[in-house]
Amino acid sequence: MSMLKAYCKDFWRYRFLLQNLIGRDFKLKYRRSVLGVLWSVLNPLLMNVVMVAVFSSILDMRGAGIENFSVYLIIGQLLFSFFSEATSSCMSSMLAAAPLIKKVYIPKYIFPLEKAGFALVNCLFSFIALIIVMIFTGAPLHPTAILAVYPLLTLFVFSLGIGLILAAATVFFRDIIHLWGVFITALMYFSAIFYDPFTMGGSGGAILQRFIGYNPMYWYITAFRAAVLDGELLSWNMIWVCGLCAILALAAGLFVFRKEQDKFVLHI
Amino acid sequence: MNMIEVKNVSMRFNMAKEKHESLKEYFLAAVQGRLQFEEFYALRDVSFNVEKGDFYGLIGLNGSGKSTLLKIISGVFKPSSGSTVVHGTIAPLIELGAGFDMDLTARENIYLNGTVLGMTPKYIDSKFDEIVEFSELQDFLDVPLKNYSSGMVSRIAFAIATVTKPDVLIADEILSVGDFLFQEKCEKRMRELMSGGTTVILVSHSIEQIERMCNKVTWLEKGRVRMTGDMRTVCDAYKALDQGGAT
Repeated sequence: MSMLKAYCKDFWRYRFLLQNLIGRDFKLKYRRSVLGVLWSVLNPLLMNVVMVAVFSSILDMRGAGIENFSVYLIIGQLLFSFFSEATSSCMSSMLAAAPLIKKVYIPKYIFPLEKAGFALVNCLFSFIALIIVMIFTGAPLHPTAILAVYPLLTLFVFSLGIGLILAAATVFFRDIIHLWGVFITALMYFSAIFYDPFTMGGSGGAILQRFIGYNPMYWYITAFRAAVLDGELLSWNMIWVCGLCAILALAAGLFVFRKEQDKFVLHI
Repeated sequence: MNMIEVKNVSMRFNMAKEKHESLKEYFLAAVQGRLQFEEFYALRDVSFNVEKGDFYGLIGLNGSGKSTLLKIISGVFKPSSGSTVVHGTIAPLIELGAGFDMDLTARENIYLNGTVLGMTPKYIDSKFDEIVEFSELQDFLDVPLKNYSSGMVSRIAFAIATVTKPDVLIADEILSVGDFLFQEKCEKRMRELMSGGTTVILVSHSIEQIERMCNKVTWLEKGRVRMTGDMRTVCDAYKALDQGGAT
């Protein structure tokens, strides 16, 4: 508990640094591009168009029961790319911060936190793409959409926790960067982004139905869809799985990171 | 009153004979029992106290552990054994330009670096003109830092770090950059800070500068304290070494 208190105190002291670092990333990401921040919206939008075209006309893989495939798909895309971006950038955050932490004392967890925060800001911008797709396909706006804040916030905490573990591990073994790239691609196909396992037939559908519940990403995405697309309240299962995964990941992340952080500076 | 207490500090580095940066290499080496480290002590059992208002100098040949010691005092390294206590706020000037992003402009960097040092944006706003004036870089504020010369970068860095009144200013070889006019300006600024109650620790290879500015000096040799005391005695002994080596 005192550990948590110390974290919070540090966090408050360094909040402006956090703000400035996120601002820096933002400026650097879009500097010299004509459309700038618009790419945060355009990119998922264009990807969505491509994927809808591929999965509904060429491969015809979408589940039969999905009413609004475009919206169904873009929710999965946006949340998964948030997770992917947050964890990947957390992972290399300590290496990127090397010039700084070798010379000045700064609490080291600021850097993974900043990267996860930046991914969240980006993700919030890209929700404009979601709104555009919803308007375009005539999807109704349900009052339950506000509940989507819960899976989004818990996903942020979950990603941060995983990111902290990855950041600490990467300092000692750079291989993690390559491994994680492969893992995240595999996870993407297993997260029900462009299919609904419960309307899928065949042996593939049966296997997915049995095991997909063990994938936390599936729960975050499904909870978000329930609130925004289906206009339903979150089920108890969604609430506790999302919450518990977030808390466990963060606790594990803080534990590993704290244990190893004094050695970082000797290895980067 | 002691501002900085350094107690029996040792710093050990494991110098791996070969670096294992991938899991496969690491496990192969571990299985074959090839995981060997050569221990290297950058500092051994170093103790001294810096009192409030001291202008404290650290001297020693290359590789004697001066910079490692400064990094331990400012909290970048954790010592392998022993402890350091610093009473009050530290402004570290260990290599100027730490915390700068070369792709950002000077204006953006002033805010970034200021917050790295723990200032609030409001405070930086109020001191912005002072920083710019001191660094004399009014015309280049919106130029990305990568287009600056190293002298220009160090001007900005020094201006930001000394705009606050820190309790302790840690300066590692910073005055070796910049032209002589700017060096004089920096020395003047450091004296001003000191008269305001700031304690300064200075590392320099310029013995003249140490003689001109410090009142107490610690001489490190191969990670151990060779001599500590008032400036005159230690500097004379250090210079005698120089001549002894020459003959």
